[in-house]
Amino acid sequence: MKPLWNTLTTLLVQFSLLSLMAFGGANAVIPEIHRQSVEVNHWMSDKDFAALFAIAQAAPGPNFLISTLVGWKAAGVPGALVATAAMCAPSCLLTYWAVRAWDRYRETRWRTAVAAGLAPVTVGLIASSAYLLVRAADHGWRLGVITAATAGVAYFTRFNPLWCLAVAGGLGALGLVG
Amino acid sequence: MESQPLTAGADRPAPDARALFMAFLGIAISGFGGVLPFARRMLVEERAWLSADEFNETLSLCQSLPGPNIVNLSIATGSRFAGAKGAVAAVSGLVLAPMCIVIAMGALYSRFGGVERLQGAVTALGAAAAGLVVATAAKMAQPLISRRPLSAAPFILLAFAAVGVMRFPLPWVLLSLGPLSIAIVWAIAARTRP
Repeated sequence: MKPLWNTLTTLLVQFSLLSLMAFGGANAVIPEIHRQSVEVNHWMSDKDFAALFAIAQAAPGPNFLISTLVGWKAAGVPGALVATAAMCAPSCLLTYWAVRAWDRYRETRWRTAVAAGLAPVTVGLIASSAYLLVRAADHGWRLGVITAATAGVAYFTRFNPLWCLAVAGGLGALGLVG
Repeated sequence: MESQPLTAGADRPAPDARALFMAFLGIAISGFGGVLPFARRMLVEERAWLSADEFNETLSLCQSLPGPNIVNLSIATGSRFAGAKGAVAAVSGLVLAPMCIVIAMGALYSRFGGVERLQGAVTALGAAAAGLVVATAAKMAQPLISRRPLSAAPFILLAFAAVGVMRFPLPWVLLSLGPLSIAIVWAIAARTRP
């Protein structure tokens, strides 16, 4: 029972902190989730992480569900519940408070400066997520082509990128890309 | 009673906790690969609880706060219409069902992950999902770099080098680069201000 308890505590602390650091949404903290779960705590391999991220993307719902899956992988259903709650609760409380205070702060100069200042850092973090996920996911040139094609479609066209996920999954199931 | 409902007109009655729960449940399970567009459609077009401007304003507040944007949006919407109870109802509607679905999918994957076809599908899906994040990063970087080449591009590169390449812990990177970047934006604004 003790190891489970320790893991749950670790999940609680880490995802609570991540919740408050996730400027720009969940994609900005993917590198830190990866670092904690693969490199620091050894809950899973690089390949497992890529698979969990793929599942979270393919499932309906918000994309922060990667935290649910990481919690589940680390400590089963209790871990999933703890990680999800910890990822949401701190930022929810902050938002709840901020909405109440909104009218006072809506057009202040510092709010504009904070948003504009954090924006490039956020972009750098999301680029880091992209880099890590590509490295974790791509073994062989066929998978590289899938990554590049999906990125191209999502960047240059208004085509719903879900079709790329569906096509990729289909090709993978047929054993054409492995 | 603690919150001022946004809706002034009688044609748009404020939703109660139950309605908020159901609306966000609908948003959550119809949204594949990101739920924000579905949130907009539900709140602005279908239910007409928020005007387009109100939605944009609420979203911009939610995006400037930490945390998953859509979760923040559910809190903001719920609390404006029905206080703390509304906030809890909205976020529960958004999170509970997808959480159960994703746990079930994870369990199925770990049970049948050895099956070659499933393994192949998930591996390929992972490659495609990584491509989506590449596109998101590029889409966000492009306007920022063209608008503020000198004040934004260095911070994009520094954050990428520190977190993506060097694998430094995020708190230190945020605490060092964040304030510096904000200070520079602030200083530039102060100089151009009359």
